[in-house]
Amino acid sequence: MNASPLLNQVAFTLGPVAVSVPVVVTWGIMAALAVGSGVLTRALHLRASRAQMALELIVTSIDSQIEATVQSDAAPFRVLVGTLFLFVLAANWIAVIPGVEPPTAHLETDAALAATVFVATIGYGIRANGLWGYLRTFAEPSWVMVPLNLVEQITRTLSLMVRLFGNVMSGVFVVGIVLSLAGLLVPIPLMALDLLTGAVQAYIFAILATVFIAAALGENRQKPADTVLKGPV
Amino acid sequence: MDYLKLASILGAAMAVSFGAIGPALAEGRAVAAAMEAIARQPEAAGTLSRTLFVGLAMIETMAIYCLVIALLLLFANPYVQ
Repeated sequence: MNASPLLNQVAFTLGPVAVSVPVVVTWGIMAALAVGSGVLTRALHLRASRAQMALELIVTSIDSQIEATVQSDAAPFRVLVGTLFLFVLAANWIAVIPGVEPPTAHLETDAALAATVFVATIGYGIRANGLWGYLRTFAEPSWVMVPLNLVEQITRTLSLMVRLFGNVMSGVFVVGIVLSLAGLLVPIPLMALDLLTGAVQAYIFAILATVFIAAALGENRQKPADTVLKGPV
Repeated sequence: MDYLKLASILGAAMAVSFGAIGPALAEGRAVAAAMEAIARQPEAAGTLSRTLFVGLAMIETMAIYCLVIALLLLFANPYVQ
């Protein structure tokens, strides 16, 4: 037990910039997700192939979760929330590949993801209510709540970051400790538990991002589109 | 041994052990309530379990905070060189 979970290994240096291992893994996941979805959506047919069916299943289940949370049409949030979910899930599950640590087990990746949610919440809120309307939501029950609401914006972003970091990092940590104590094959049940935790944390991250965005939208929401328009044509 | 290091280790252990009590009790209560609600109204299981997951994540965050404090004490302690 000598490696601190708060430090990063440097993979290589690009001129004066040191590129750490989690950054390399993050870019790998991003490339795999982008190329994979690009290839799979290149030839979409009315008679869906197996891969297209799997993709449609993922997209429709993400959509239904968003709609159940926001209580409105999922289309404006699908891109952000779906990408967050798939990226966090892939990042949590990449520990299955031997020798690769999940980038979400390092604080910087989680900070970037939480900052994305923070900025997106403000963006969606301003787009739905206008700048003045969004600022007015901070004084919603009464102006006494303004400092509390401002603090809440910061603390919930911090807790979003620390929650993902703590869960994934503690999983990696426990597997490392058990491996150093007991040896081969013993940590496998713990690694299976990590897969479950990773999926639940990805779900929770996406749902919480949706909840924050829904709270920023206030009452100005689109009604769900007609099922005739949404269904397969 | 340095007293500061000893205090850090003790502090980390106490942070995790006492910090786990509250969230453990709270999660037990939340799951019990959700199971009772699902038993009463099985058709609402989807909504209930989604809300339960989000609530559990909120509760669990408290325990995770304690874990992070413990790790800061052990690995990034500003008072121990």
